[in-house]
Order: sequence, then structure tokens, then C-alpha cells
Amino acid sequence: MTRKRMSPRAGHILPSEITSERDYFDKPSPIARRDVLKTLGGGMLASLAAGSVTPATAATERTAKIAGVKPSSRYRLDDVNSWEDITTYNNFYEFGLDKSDPARNAGRMKVKPWSVEVTGEADKTGVFTLEDILRPHPLEERIYRFRCVEAWSRVVPWVGIPLADVLKRFDPNSRAKYVEFTTLMDPMQMPGQRRAVLDWPYVEGLRIDEAMHPLALLVVGVYGHWLPNQNGAPLRLIVPWKYGFKSVKSIVRIRFTARQPRTSWNLAASNEYGFYANVNPAVDHPRWSQAKERRIGQSFLAPRVDTLAFNGYADEVSSLYRGMDLRRFY
Amino acid sequence: MMAVAGAWRALKPVAFIAALLPLLGLIAALLQMGSASLGPNPVRELLHATGKESLNWLLITLLISPIREISGQWQWLTIRRMLGLWAFFYALLHLAVYVILELELDWSELTQEIIRRPFILVGLASLLALLPLAATSTQRMMRRLKKRWQQLHYLIYPATALAIWHYYWQVKADVLEPLVYASALVLLLSWRALQRSNAFGRLD
Ligand code: HEM
Repeated sequence: MTRKRMSPRAGHILPSEITSERDYFDKPSPIARRDVLKTLGGGMLASLAAGSVTPATAATERTAKIAGVKPSSRYRLDDVNSWEDITTYNNFYEFGLDKSDPARNAGRMKVKPWSVEVTGEADKTGVFTLEDILRPHPLEERIYRFRCVEAWSRVVPWVGIPLADVLKRFDPNSRAKYVEFTTLMDPMQMPGQRRAVLDWPYVEGLRIDEAMHPLALLVVGVYGHWLPNQNGAPLRLIVPWKYGFKSVKSIVRIRFTARQPRTSWNLAASNEYGFYANVNPAVDHPRWSQAKERRIGQSFLAPRVDTLAFNGYADEVSSLYRGMDLRRFY
Repeated sequence: MMAVAGAWRALKPVAFIAALLPLLGLIAALLQMGSASLGPNPVRELLHATGKESLNWLLITLLISPIREISGQWQWLTIRRMLGLWAFFYALLHLAVYVILELELDWSELTQEIIRRPFILVGLASLLALLPLAATSTQRMMRRLKKRWQQLHYLIYPATALAIWHYYWQVKADVLEPLVYASALVLLLSWRALQRSNAFGRLD
């Protein structure tokens, strides 16, 4: 820790600056934490449980701290989920289908060196190293709600750059109506790709105006640390008003295009996962309701909470969809 | 010989404990004993674990007859009803987790879900098919129903098929596991069909 402690009067401060690092990571939520009873039990039953139940809470290694992160003044939220909640419960099918698989298997992915190919309808295309992409931009911490299409959610302190700031540097031309993002394809490093669960590599996309919206974030870290592999290191997207599957991980390619990209989940089941995938409590998934969500990291007795239109970001993004039938374009 | 008889006597308690262990494991994880945990989304984990246990014990129950036939040891039959009841118990737990913890006893939502989600309806059908089996699982009912008891209890096959269908339908992308379960059921059914054609008229 080289950063100076700011006084609370200085205004916006990172949680890491007001609490010890340990408390920053293991912030107890108001509702009973998993740790509470851990000390009570132990012994035989616990080892029994290990057989039948996923020991999903094995602490994951902390990645290195990022220096010089600015906390966003605008995007702050309370009840941030713990490091453990964020890094042990992931949908990253490239590393396995179980939520606990990515934390177990993603360690073997090599994220250094990393480069991103920029192609399509833009003037400055080419292959850029991650450092090239990040260099000009200050890193910002933004705490966003994250809503999975599977009706669970969490609150995450991401570290990143507004996507627009990066995209503009490539000078997209007037034919660039959409942006497509592609995840690394490498079955050697990504064992989940050895089976055709999805049509690999994972592809996602945004309309250009969505991509240029100030809320869309290109993310490199979480909790003031570099992204752990299971969270999509070293570079991922976060589009907080859309279901989580839009927020593509471990990006190796950005393509500007005139046509709507063919995105992975939409290709797999177009009646279940739309291209837009805006969080919308009024439009159900065919197999479950989207009206409510379960905040993870809480006691099994905690009730679900109501899902908000555009995941609570309606004021900022609903104008992008003016005049569109959101039931049709789900 | 004595040792063998003793081993058979142990079969029932051993099977009972084997079926009890997953329940104890879930309780330990729920109470976060030692390193046991259900992870950050405990309700989802409970829902999936109880569904899986129910299906597993249904298939194990169905496996008892082939084991009996192949080994020639009738004693295996002494645990069959008990294992079936365990499967039913886990199905009830599964339903309880869904209705109490997932839906928070919101009955109108439950009705809506049953109407709107075919996979829920299929799960319910499976549970309803198991219900008369559990209700007639006593010695007294067995004696009262005689031959009809066996016929009634063939309902375990459609109940299992419905449960697998229910499972298959709720999977997001990877249908491998439900297909493995389906193949297991097909194997068990074919074995049963073969037995019947070999020894026509013999009912067990
Ligand atoms: C009224 C009856 C039932 C209801 C309401 C019900 C409900 C559910 C729900 C909500 C899920 C989770 C879906 C998801 O995560 O998206 C599920 C999964 C499952 N259910 Fe049921 N179910 C019922 C009966 C049964 C029965 C009788 C069995 C087995 C005998 C069963 C076996 C399963 C299995 C194996 C899974 C998947 C578990 C996994 O993915 O690991 N269900 N059920």
C-alpha cells in the first residue's frame, strides 16, 4: 500500500482506504454471513458435506493491487459483495459449467502478455497490446449492480475505463453500427471449450450507441486488484444494465461492424436470450421469472428482491431504446 | 456362514446411512460447519442438491432388482422400499426448498409458475406419481393390494422418466448429465423387458 490515506472529508474514497484490507475484502453483510457458524461446527459432518456439496468458498488467491485507482463519485453503492462472493461463483463456461469451476480451473489461463485485435469498420485497426490499450486512460472504480440472467445478482466494485474512451481511439467510421467482442479461444487453456456446449469462441456485441454509453465499462480489476482469471482477466466488458452474459470476458478481439453480430447465447437459444438482453423484470425467461432476483452472499433465509428495469440504470439508458418494443427486442 | 449372515443383517442399516449422508452433508453445509458451505447462493444449491439426490435414489432403487437377479441374492430386496422412500423424501425436500425458500410461500407465484413453466409441471407430475407409492409402502398396504401392489409400483418408471425430463428441460446449455440419466433409465427398462420375455409370466 503506497497510496495515502485520505481523510473522510476528502469526499469519495475507496473502501480500501477507510477500512483495513482484510475488512475491505471480508466485509460482513447485514444479513448472517457464512462465517458466523463456521467456528461452531467442524469435524465429521463438515467433511461429509464436502463430498456432496461444492466447497465453493475456498478462498481464492488475491491478485496484485492496482495503483492509482480513482473512485468514481457517481457510481457508489452500499452492500458490496465480498471478494469471495465475486470470485468463487462465476459463469465462465470456458472453464466448466459449475459456478465453482472457473475459480478452480482458470488459473492455467495465461494473461500476460495479452493483446487485442481491433478490426472492421474503423480507421485505426491492428493488434494492440493490453498496455497500449490501457496506457492513456485513468483507471476508475465504479460500484455497479450485476444481474445474471439466471435471476441472481451481486454488487461489484469494478476497476476500469469507460468503453467509449477506448473505442473512440480506434476511429470507428460511419458504417460501424455495432461492436463485436470475442473471448479467447484456446482449448488447451480453456478446458470447457473441448466440448461444444456453446459455439466457441464466445462472442458478444453491442449496438454502437450502447457501446459508447458512459455506463459501459472496459474492466481490468475488481476491489482495487487486477481481475482474477475467473472473472475474465485481463480485460472484460461490463454493461451493467444488461444481463451478465452480455459482459464478455477475456477479450481478444474487437470488431466494428455494419451488421448485428451473431452472439453466442442468442445463437444457442434465440427464444431465451435476445441480442439486447436488457434487464427487464417484465419480460420472463421462458423457464423462470425475471421479476425478482436473489442477492448472493446472503443467508438462505434472505428473501429475493425486486429486479429493477435496466437493473436500476433506467434513467441513464432508457433513452437508447425509445420507441422500441422491449418485449420483442428482449 | 455366520459372517455372511451378519453382513446381510448390516445391509439395511448401511443402506439407510448411505441415503442419510447427503442429508447430513446438506445440514452441515447449511450450518456452515467446518469448511462445509453451500457457497454464495445457498438456496439454488439446496434446490439442485435435493433434486439430484431424489433422482439418484430413484435410479438406485431401480437398480436393486437387477442386482438381485444377477447376484441371485434375494436379500437385496430388503432395502428396496426404504431406498424408494428416501428418493421420495428428497423430492419432498426439493419441493419444500422451492416453495418455502425460493418462492417464500407466495402461493400465487407458485400457481403462476406451474402454469407457465412446463418443466415445473413435469416435476410436479413426477412427484404426484411417487405419492401413491410412498402412501402404499407399508407392509399392510402390500398385503392388502397383493398383485396390484406390484403393478402400482411400476409407476416408479414413469415417475423417474418425468424427473429426468424435468431435469433435461431446466438445463441451460449442457444436456450431457440428463442424457446420462436417461440412458441409465433406458438400460434399466431394457433389462426389465428382457427379464420379462425370458421368464414370461414371472412377476416379482
Ligand atoms: C412439484 C415438484 C417440483 C418442483 C416445483 C421442482 C422445481 C425445480 C426447480 C425450480 C429446479 C431448478 C431449476 C433451475 O435451477 O433453473 C429443479 C431442478 C431439478 N429438479 Fe425439480 N422440481 C419438482 C420435482 C422434482 C422431482 C420429483 C425430482 C426428482 C425425482 C426433481 C429433480 C430435479 C433435478 C434433478 C433438478 C436439477 C438439479 C441440478 O441441476 O443439479 N424435481 N426442480
